Amino acid sequence: MPADTYLHVDLKDVGDVTVVRFRHHKILDDIDIQELGQELFRLVERDGRLRLLLDFSAVDFLSSAALGKLITLDKKVKAHGGTLKLSNIRPEIYEVFAITNLNRLFDIRKDEAEALAAF
Amino acid sequence: MALCGENWTWHCDRVIPSDLALARRLLDELLARLEELHWSCRDIFGVHLAVDEALVNAVQHGNKRDVGKQLRFSWRVSPRKVRVEIIDEGPGFDPRCLPDPTVPERLACPNGRGVWLMKAFMTHVEYCGCGNHVVLEKERSD
Repeated sequence: MPADTYLHVDLKDVGDVTVVRFRHHKILDDIDIQELGQELFRLVERDGRLRLLLDFSAVDFLSSAALGKLITLDKKVKAHGGTLKLSNIRPEIYEVFAITNLNRLFDIRKDEAEALAAF
Repeated sequence: MALCGENWTWHCDRVIPSDLALARRLLDELLARLEELHWSCRDIFGVHLAVDEALVNAVQHGNKRDVGKQLRFSWRVSPRKVRVEIIDEGPGFDPRCLPDPTVPERLACPNGRGVWLMKAFMTHVEYCGCGNHVVLEKERSD
């Protein structure tokens, strides 16, 4: 896979913030989650994109393994002095974040506009 | 757990190779039954998440990704309840030993939330025997 090809996300630059939109409705399959993690980590570690907004508007299901990748991404962003925010999370998935208390770890905003204003 | 006496309208009992893709296709059949019975999106989401986490645990932790091993499962659906049993060939575990993933000192740990989510989204979760046999039940919320 070419280094700049992304299979699992679409990127949009808004000022110095990179909006990362997940392409797939389900973040579930083990291989997909591994690849997604590599793509997200590459944004931080190779490309130096340190202000990231993850847009979940396309996502209607994710597993605990996917949560693990988001947690690792958060660690990497913080280790590089960056900022990570999440937005457009449907209620059922927000409940997953709330049940696991991850709504306290992540800065979760209602939509893209609110998230961008909070950077 | 009231296995007898419940008006089960659909059931599926299978023994399959320990293959997550195959198990998920069968889980999709279960979810389709719940949709036919007009279960709510939230309930179906919860069953999907909980059973998928249980299948991942059985295939990856129980059977150690060995496709030569088997998964034994049972789905049962009534208008008011769904009941799932999954048995792997692993040595099992003691669910009481699982740490609470929501405490501040474990919040940044990337693993260990599957069983917690299963318990949160289902009405009843029980590990039987040595812990390689899980029973999940959910009562319809509406």
